[in-house]
Amino acid sequence: MTTKLGEVDVVIVGLGWTGGILAKELTEAGLKVVALERGAPRSSENDYSLPNIRDELRYVVRHDLMQNTARDTITVRNNPKQEALPMRRLGSFLPGEVVGGSGVHWSGHTWRWTDMEFKIRSNYEERYGRKFIPDDMTIQDWGITYAELEPYYDKFEYTAAVSGKAGNIAGQILAGGNPFEAPRVRDYPLPPLTPILASEMFTNAARNAGYHPFPRPSANASQPYTNPDGAQFGGCQYCGYCQRFGCEANAKGSPHMTVIPIAMRNPNFELRTHSWVTKVLKDSDGKRVTGVTYTNVLNGEEFEQPATIVLLCAYAINNVHLMLLSGIGTPYDPVDQKGVVGKNYCYQTGASATLFFEGKYFNPFMNAGGSNATIDDFNINWTFDRAPHNFVGGYNVSGGFNTPLPIGYRPVPSGTPQWGSEWKRATAKWYQTAMVINASGSVMANRHNCFDLDPTYRNAFGQPLMRMTFDYQSNEHRMGVHAAGVVNEIAKSMNPTKLNPATARTEPWTVVPYQSTHNTGGTIMGTNPRDSVLNKYLQSWDCHNLFVVGANAFPHNSSYNPTGPVGALAYWTADAIKNRYVKNPGPLVQA
Amino acid sequence: MKDRGLDRRDFLKGAVVGSAAAAGGSAAIATAEVAQAEPPAQAAPAVAPQAAGYTFLNLDEAAFIEALVDHMVPADEISPSGTDLGINVYIDRALAGAWGKGDRLYMQGPWKQGSPSQGYQLPLTPAQLYRAGIEATNAHCRKTYGKSFDRIEAAQRQEVLVGLSTGKINFVGGPPVRVFWATLYQTVIEGMYSDPIYGGNRNKAGWAIIGFPGIIAVHRDHVEKYRGKPFPTKPLGISDMS
Repeated sequence: MTTKLGEVDVVIVGLGWTGGILAKELTEAGLKVVALERGAPRSSENDYSLPNIRDELRYVVRHDLMQNTARDTITVRNNPKQEALPMRRLGSFLPGEVVGGSGVHWSGHTWRWTDMEFKIRSNYEERYGRKFIPDDMTIQDWGITYAELEPYYDKFEYTAAVSGKAGNIAGQILAGGNPFEAPRVRDYPLPPLTPILASEMFTNAARNAGYHPFPRPSANASQPYTNPDGAQFGGCQYCGYCQRFGCEANAKGSPHMTVIPIAMRNPNFELRTHSWVTKVLKDSDGKRVTGVTYTNVLNGEEFEQPATIVLLCAYAINNVHLMLLSGIGTPYDPVDQKGVVGKNYCYQTGASATLFFEGKYFNPFMNAGGSNATIDDFNINWTFDRAPHNFVGGYNVSGGFNTPLPIGYRPVPSGTPQWGSEWKRATAKWYQTAMVINASGSVMANRHNCFDLDPTYRNAFGQPLMRMTFDYQSNEHRMGVHAAGVVNEIAKSMNPTKLNPATARTEPWTVVPYQSTHNTGGTIMGTNPRDSVLNKYLQSWDCHNLFVVGANAFPHNSSYNPTGPVGALAYWTADAIKNRYVKNPGPLVQA
Repeated sequence: MKDRGLDRRDFLKGAVVGSAAAAGGSAAIATAEVAQAEPPAQAAPAVAPQAAGYTFLNLDEAAFIEALVDHMVPADEISPSGTDLGINVYIDRALAGAWGKGDRLYMQGPWKQGSPSQGYQLPLTPAQLYRAGIEATNAHCRKTYGKSFDRIEAAQRQEVLVGLSTGKINFVGGPPVRVFWATLYQTVIEGMYSDPIYGGNRNKAGWAIIGFPGIIAVHRDHVEKYRGKPFPTKPLGISDMS
């Protein structure tokens, strides 16, 4: 039996960065907001505190803050001819499942995606001609511009305490920053983190090779900080326990210590945790949504929560799943390329080298989420000519460490035995004296890479799992060859004692090991309802009172981490709802 | 337990059989026999118990794991042996606990083998996989060497581990070797490098191998101070600060 609750102005599904931002902004605008979060309430003070947070086994290996695949997962296959099978445990990517979502366990890398992405098809067609883009590459313009998003990037950077060095303020190129970045109105709120030795060495080598290194912008507060909403940050301690962990110092910009507590103090806001949304309900004419149904997972009780506006703010993949389960919009069919919901799922790729320097102490455990240095010369640099290399997209290269904790990271030179005294000696010798250079690459949309509902497997609520069909295409392989070449060129110039060189990826995408929690697409934004699910305000073309906020809206994936535009788009959508939609409910863009 | 002749396992098995046949008097013999068969553990800087108590592993499995971790992590100038590090204890507790019982594992059928890119597809919890894999490995050892894994020579153990890690050994009718090996290997690493609260990495001797400081993690000033220099520290674990 389902209990029908009283109607509220707004129901938010999922309370991470996007849900938190919208909850804060819309309650401040006077709207009554209820947020439904499937995970548990957790706090820095009680859950992410010392010493218990410093537990690699619990948080990295056993996924304590992540989605529980016993309850809900996806099925996976590399191509439509294969039978999809359930991802029985997490591996390749790690959606969060607590209040704060993946914003608790991210490492804080915050980028501004530019018009190189938002106008991707126009850009490449104009410069290289239509034929340069393969027929099955379904990239399209996003319908939004960098100039429109700039104030919202700024707002997110100041909310999340991003530390960095501007490379372009209002068109003036500044030494030490990223010279390729699009113009920003002002600098980052905080100066860059203190560089570690590995990033310094990478910086020098990249500069000597003629590239343009800069400190990676990151929501790790380089010094104590109070954000414009009054949220207090401690300074980063370079603890090395960043990605996969909550931050005990409140130095990592996260929704559970910024926007969410501010919303919680507002009497217009109510948070219901352990609340699993199973469906978005449509009006009889299918033009509006009327609310959602959800289950209290503590006791199995079912509820209907009517709402004037529904905001899907779960992890990107789960937003798409909910759209498919709710029958909103036409599901995408990769065979005839009709329909839109599920289209253009994208991921990321990369190539990585490990450099061994005998006797040089990097102290990899002294490391912030964003203490690496990066070059964008092969990424958002449009003067880099793709024609000779024949790929669309780009990659950034960085030097330093990711999660240098010992269960997962014990680099040894290729050919070292996997066990025994010789292995132990190599591990002892190289753990502190190795560093990593890593290329992170974009993945272009392809007609075969998509989501739909699985015909066989079901979740704990009896609903079909979502099926992911994905593999890398030859475009990504060609880019990988180029990226591995640049990584190895920089690495060799540093004269390491030994080098495990980068190689271009040739094998199919696999669900293990961990690669990147940067899954994009499925309910993409665009300029018209024929080839997109959402308009530029992330508003459903089908139901105008439904907004689907997150990386699910990205029509393709860049080489950058997605949280910058995810946060900016959440603020952008909040403004559109507050300032326009509430006054005159209806489509914000005419189809 | 490394004894090639009568070992603790033989004795304990015999004791059960014997106790059925002739109860009474066996307890005293047992005590004496154990004392004889089980020399005192080598002097390690350990607060560790002399023999591990197990909550999951049976006698054959315990003997297999002890032999495995001491082969993979031998005592040398770098660290104590795998059993002195408590890797066997870690594995036992992990298999007995939530992870071993399939926590967070999607366990609904239908079950298909799939391709390697689709990841874990066995209808087994990690503990069940472990059990089946040890049994299959021991069956291979008995067939090839006439003895179980814990009683063969070091060179033969090496041959078995190479066979498991490269997939040259094939478990007919059992779980895929590569899946068993990946699980086995990962748990040995976990027992070596996870926080000592989980039973392995005893005295933080795993962390000491690589100079990992454990949970000491306030490095704001250290980044400059120790740039390019070794960080002198005695590692600390969670219980040291609790």
